[in-house]
Amino acid sequence: MVEAIQPPAQATYWLVQGQTLFWIVNLLGLACFAYIVAKRITPLLRAQRDPRFDRPFLRLGRLLQFWLGQWRHPRYLAAGIIHIFLFAGFMVLVAHTFYFLALGTSRHATMPSGLYAAISDYAATIVLVCMIVAIVRRILKPARYAVPPRYGKAHTADAIFLLSLIAILMLADGLFEGSLAASQFQQRLAVESLPVLSLAWILKNALIAVPLPALANLYLGAYLVHELAFYFLLCYRPFGIQFHVETSLFSVYFAKLDRGTVKPVRWGVPDDKLDQVKSFGVKTIEDFTWKHMLDFYSCADCGRCSDQCPANAVGRPLSPRFITTKARDYCFQHYPIFGSSHNGQPLIGGIYSEDEIWSCTTCGACEAECPLLIEYIDKIVDLRRGMVDDGKVPQSLQKPLKALESRGNPFGKMEKKKADWIKSPAFQQTCTVKVLNGDHAADTLYFVDSITSYDDRIQAIGRATAKILDRAGENFGILGAVEKDSGHDVRRFGEETLFMALRDHNTEAIKASGVRRIVTADPHAFNALKHDYKDVPPVEHISQFIARAVEAGRIKLNPVEDPNSVYAYHDPCYLGRHNGIYDAPRAVLDAIPGLKRVEMARCRDRSFCCGGGGLALFYEPKEDQRMGVKRVQMAAEAGANVIVTACPFCMVNMEDAIKVAGMEGKMTAIDLAELTEKQMR
Amino acid sequence: MEILVCAKRVPDTSENEIELNSAGNDIERDDLVYSVNEPDNYAVEEALEIVERTGGTVTVVTVGGDEDEEILRREMAMGAKQAALLSDDTFEGSDGRGIASILAAFVKKGHYELILTGVQADDGAAQVGGMLAALLDYPFASLVTSIEFQEGGKLKIGREIEGGNKEIYEIDLPCVLSIQTGINEPRYVGMRGIRQVASIPIPTLGKAELGMNGFSGKAAAKVKCTDYFVPPMGKGAEMLTGSQGEIIGKLVDLLKAKGGLK
Repeated sequence: MVEAIQPPAQATYWLVQGQTLFWIVNLLGLACFAYIVAKRITPLLRAQRDPRFDRPFLRLGRLLQFWLGQWRHPRYLAAGIIHIFLFAGFMVLVAHTFYFLALGTSRHATMPSGLYAAISDYAATIVLVCMIVAIVRRILKPARYAVPPRYGKAHTADAIFLLSLIAILMLADGLFEGSLAASQFQQRLAVESLPVLSLAWILKNALIAVPLPALANLYLGAYLVHELAFYFLLCYRPFGIQFHVETSLFSVYFAKLDRGTVKPVRWGVPDDKLDQVKSFGVKTIEDFTWKHMLDFYSCADCGRCSDQCPANAVGRPLSPRFITTKARDYCFQHYPIFGSSHNGQPLIGGIYSEDEIWSCTTCGACEAECPLLIEYIDKIVDLRRGMVDDGKVPQSLQKPLKALESRGNPFGKMEKKKADWIKSPAFQQTCTVKVLNGDHAADTLYFVDSITSYDDRIQAIGRATAKILDRAGENFGILGAVEKDSGHDVRRFGEETLFMALRDHNTEAIKASGVRRIVTADPHAFNALKHDYKDVPPVEHISQFIARAVEAGRIKLNPVEDPNSVYAYHDPCYLGRHNGIYDAPRAVLDAIPGLKRVEMARCRDRSFCCGGGGLALFYEPKEDQRMGVKRVQMAAEAGANVIVTACPFCMVNMEDAIKVAGMEGKMTAIDLAELTEKQMR
Repeated sequence: MEILVCAKRVPDTSENEIELNSAGNDIERDDLVYSVNEPDNYAVEEALEIVERTGGTVTVVTVGGDEDEEILRREMAMGAKQAALLSDDTFEGSDGRGIASILAAFVKKGHYELILTGVQADDGAAQVGGMLAALLDYPFASLVTSIEFQEGGKLKIGREIEGGNKEIYEIDLPCVLSIQTGINEPRYVGMRGIRQVASIPIPTLGKAELGMNGFSGKAAAKVKCTDYFVPPMGKGAEMLTGSQGEIIGKLVDLLKAKGGLK
C-alpha cells in the first residue's frame, strides 16, 4: 500500500512542518501588504478634502454597472471582452483562493467540490488563456500603447512580468489539482472529478503516468509556488499598473457623479470665504484631492483616454494617460515605501509643462472612455487655477481675460454694442427682439453670450435663434448691454475669481429681468447656466426647444432644396458629452423632409472636439494640425458635404477648418438654428 | 537692488473705440476702460525678474489723480512691494518736462539704483524717460530689450534698432532705461491678486511733500496739444487676383519690394 499524498498543512518542507511554514508565509505576506497599503494611503491623507460619501445608492448602482458590470469595456471590443472574462474569472476565483490559502494553515481544510469547483477550474483556465493573450498583446502592441520619450518610459516589461505572475498562479493552481487527481487515479482512490478541458484536467491527464513520489513533490511544490506567487503579487501590485485590481472598486464607487460641473476651488470653503484661501488650485501633489490621487493609483495604463483625446490626436503636448501615470510615478517616488516622504516640488515645470495643461479643451472624451471613471477635467482646471494664481498665463490668454474683467467679453468690445446684432434693418423687418432693461418684460430669456453678440459671422446664429423663438410664439427678450460673458470657459481656464464676478453679475441681471426660463444657442453658456450658476430659472438649449416646437407642430419645416446634400451632425462637447443631449438635434434634422443624414464614425459620446470654445479660441497651441481639420475630414469620410453643428464655437472652428483643409465648395457648415430657420415654413 | 518703475494709466486701445469728442480737442472719455500702459507693464515685470535674481524691492510710481491708483494696485498685485501716487492740483496740465520733473523730485527722495519706464505711453510722446534722466543727470538708454548685470555697478543692455537688429551697450548705474515690449512675458494679474493687495496703503505725495518747484503744471507747460483728428481713410486693401501660384508670386514680389523679404 502506497502512502497517500499528504495535504500541504501536514507535509514537511525541508524539515519545517507545512502548517507552520504557511502560517508564517500568510502572516508575513499580509503584514507586508498592510504596510505597503498604509504607505500608499499616506499621501491621500495629506491631500485635499473631497466629499464623496453622499448618495450611496446611486454610487452602488454605478459600482454594479461600471465595476461589476464592466460597462465601458466592450467599447474596445477585443480587449474589452478579454478583460470581462479576466474580471469574471478573478471574481469566481476569490472564494477559491481563500479555500486554497486555508489548506496550508489547517489540517481540516478541504478544497470546495461540486459545481463551484468546476466553475473555478474553468475560471482559472480562462484567466490563463487571457493572460497569454494579454502578454502577446503587449509584445505585438497597438499604437496607442507607445510611450513618446517626453512622457517617460513604457511599463511594458513590468506589465508582462505582472501578467506572467498571474499565469504562474493559474498554472500552479492547475498543477496542484492535476497532480492530486493523477495520484488518486494511480492509487485507485476516489478521483477528484475535474471538468473536461480545464487546465487541471489537462494537467491530470498529462501527469497520469508520472511516478507517485514525483507527483507528491509536484503537488506540494505547486502549493508552495502558488502561495509565494500569490503574496508576491499582492505586495508587488501597489508598485505598478496592476494596483487597479485593488483600488478600482473604490475609484468607481467614489467617482464623480455630476457631469458638466467643475469642482470648487476648495471643498467646504464657501465663495465668500475664498479670499482667505492662501493658494488656489493645484501646485504640488498634495494640492490634489484624495480621490484624484486614488485615480492616479487606479489607472491601468490602457491608453483609451489618449486614444480619444483630440489634443493628443493633433500633436499637442498633452496625453491624458500620462497626466495620470506621471503623477503616479511622482507619488511613488516622493512617498516611498521605505524612508520618509519628501514633497513640496512644484508640478508645473516638474512633471507637467505649462503648454501641456493649457492644451486641454475640456471636451471630456477621455472621461467618457475611461473604464475606471478616472477624472481629468477637474484636475486640469485645478492645475490651471494654480498657474493663474502664480501669474503663469500665456500672453495670448491675458488680453481676453483682461477684457473680460473690464468689458465683460473676451473681445474687448463696448458693452453698449452688445445688442447691435438685432439692429440690422433686414432682420428688424421680420423680427423684433425686446431688450429686457426694465421697460420690457418677458417669460423667456434668450441668453446670447459674447461670441454670438459680437462676432459678425456668428451673429447670424443669434438672429436665426431669435426668429425661431418668435415663430414658435415665445414671449422672449435679451439682456442686451447688461449681459456679460457666461464665464463658462473663464472658469475652465482656471480664473475662478473672474468667473465668480461674471456669474454674480449675470445672476443679478437675470433675476432682475423676471424671466421664468432661459434658452440659449450656445452650449457653453447652456452648461454654465445649468451647472455653474445657482438660483437662475431652468435653462434649455435651442435644439431642445426646436425639437419640442417641431413635435408640437409650432414649427413646420420645408423639404430640403438640394437633394444631393448629405448632412452629418457634429456633437458639440458641452451639449453632448457634458449634458447628454444627443437625440434632440438629430430629431430636428430628421424632421426635415428629404434630408439625408449620415453619422461620422466618431459621434455622440465619442465626438471629436472642434478645437474648443471660449478662451480656447484665443489660445495659441503647439500642434501639428487643427482639430477642426481632422473633424471636417471625418465628415468627408462619412460621405457628408454639410456639417451641422449646434454651437457657435464649433461653427468658427469648422468654417476655419474647411478653409485650412482646402475643402471650400466641397463642404459647408451650418448651425442647427440656421438650418431650422432656413427650412421654416 | 532698489528699482523704481514709472507707470501710466492709459485708455486700453484694444478695448475701446477711440472717438473724438464734439469739441474736437480730446477723445470721448465717457465709455473708456483704462489699464496700465503696456510697455510700463513689461518694465514692472522686468524689475520683478531682476529682484528675483538679485534681491531688492520694486517700487511703482505714477503721476495723476485718485483714479490712477488702480494701476498701482495692479502692479503691486504683480509683485511690486511699494507704490506711490504723485498727485497735486498744480500738476494738472503738465507737459512731458513737467511730468519728468515731478518724477525726478520723487526719485531724489529715495535711493533707487535703477529707474525703468515704458518705451512710451499709448497716449504719450516717449519723452519722459529721457527728460527724467537728464534732470537727474543719469545715463539713459531707450528701447531696451534685455538687461544683464556686469561686475562693478554696470549693466549690459540690449537695444532694438531699426530693421530688427540689436545693439549691446554697457551702461553705468544708476541709470534710467526705457523698456520695449517683448523684453519678457509679463505675469498675469487677476481680480484675486488685486483684492489681496487692496488694503495696503499707497501714499499720495503732493508738491509740498516732494519739495519741488519749477516746471510742473499748466502754466509751466511749453508743449500744448492744440488739435486732435482722425486721419482720412487711406486706399483700401489691395486684393491680389489670379491662380494660387500667381497670387503667391505677386505677394512675394510685394514683400520684397517693401523690405519684408531679403
